[in-house]
Amino acid sequence: MKIVINGAPYEVSATTLAGLLQERGIAGRVATAVNEEFVPAGLRASHPLRDGDRVEILAPMQGG
Amino acid sequence: MKRFYGTELPNPLMLGTAQYPSPAILEQAFRTSGAGVATVSLRREGAEGAGAAFWKMIQELGVLILPNTAGCHTVKEAVTTAHMAREVFDTRWIKLELIGHTDSLQPDVFQLVEAAKVLTEDGFQVFPYTTEDLIVGERLLAAGCEVLMPWGAPIGSGRGLNNTYALRAMRAEFPEVPLVIDAGIGLPSHAAQAMELGYDAVLLNTAVARAGDPVAMACAMVRAIEAGRLAHEADPIEARDMAEASTPVIGKAFLA
Repeated sequence: MKIVINGAPYEVSATTLAGLLQERGIAGRVATAVNEEFVPAGLRASHPLRDGDRVEILAPMQGG
Repeated sequence: MKRFYGTELPNPLMLGTAQYPSPAILEQAFRTSGAGVATVSLRREGAEGAGAAFWKMIQELGVLILPNTAGCHTVKEAVTTAHMAREVFDTRWIKLELIGHTDSLQPDVFQLVEAAKVLTEDGFQVFPYTTEDLIVGERLLAAGCEVLMPWGAPIGSGRGLNNTYALRAMRAEFPEVPLVIDAGIGLPSHAAQAMELGYDAVLLNTAVARAGDPVAMACAMVRAIEAGRLAHEADPIEARDMAEASTPVIGKAFLA
């Protein structure tokens, strides 16, 4: 399945958002959105991924 | 000192965390100056996991965390970013930025009011980056904001307070509301001026981070803010056009 993660295309085998984070080795403090909608951490395991989904994975960064 | 959504600031300097020459200098700028609040952001996580290291350092500073919605241009984008920030940073505080103009980074106050209402209803405590417009200020308060953050000058411009007349009017119009000058500060004298006007805090980033010596500049800002605050409390004199002798005239020797 092809999805877009943080703007770049990837071929992934995960079928849920939680599975995707695991597959990508992302264990830190992040927030997620799929197709421009926020997906809280508690709902990642039950959030299915579909071909063409746009996933944003955001982390704490410097800001003004 | 006024409370910000029930929280007293340890120090009225809200300091940004971006653009420092190194994480070590950023950390030292906070530790040495004693800035009370750190503004932070959310960005795409790279493979290297830079976010985790940054977050650990910020947490160890022990300062209050104010996440922003920097770079958002629509209500939806800002609201979604705020929700993501609340989860990551574990705070209801959000510095709401809704940019309306690319060159000046002037806030889009129409969308700002709308987003502030949505976020307040969602349980956020909104710190809106706004202009000095009094009616917008009223609308933001009506939307549920308990803090207003008018700009001094465009973000990163270092021009200081562009419109002291309007900022003074804003202070007079909202005497009970915590007011923060957010953006445009370039020098400690600008920060002092904001506090002399009776503002409750100053939020700045570039002026410190891009200074030749950010640590020294952060300290200078804190001292200027403290001086300005003391001056405001001390009830300064009014400026006048003509001289008024300070040395008593009575008792002066006749020697002419």
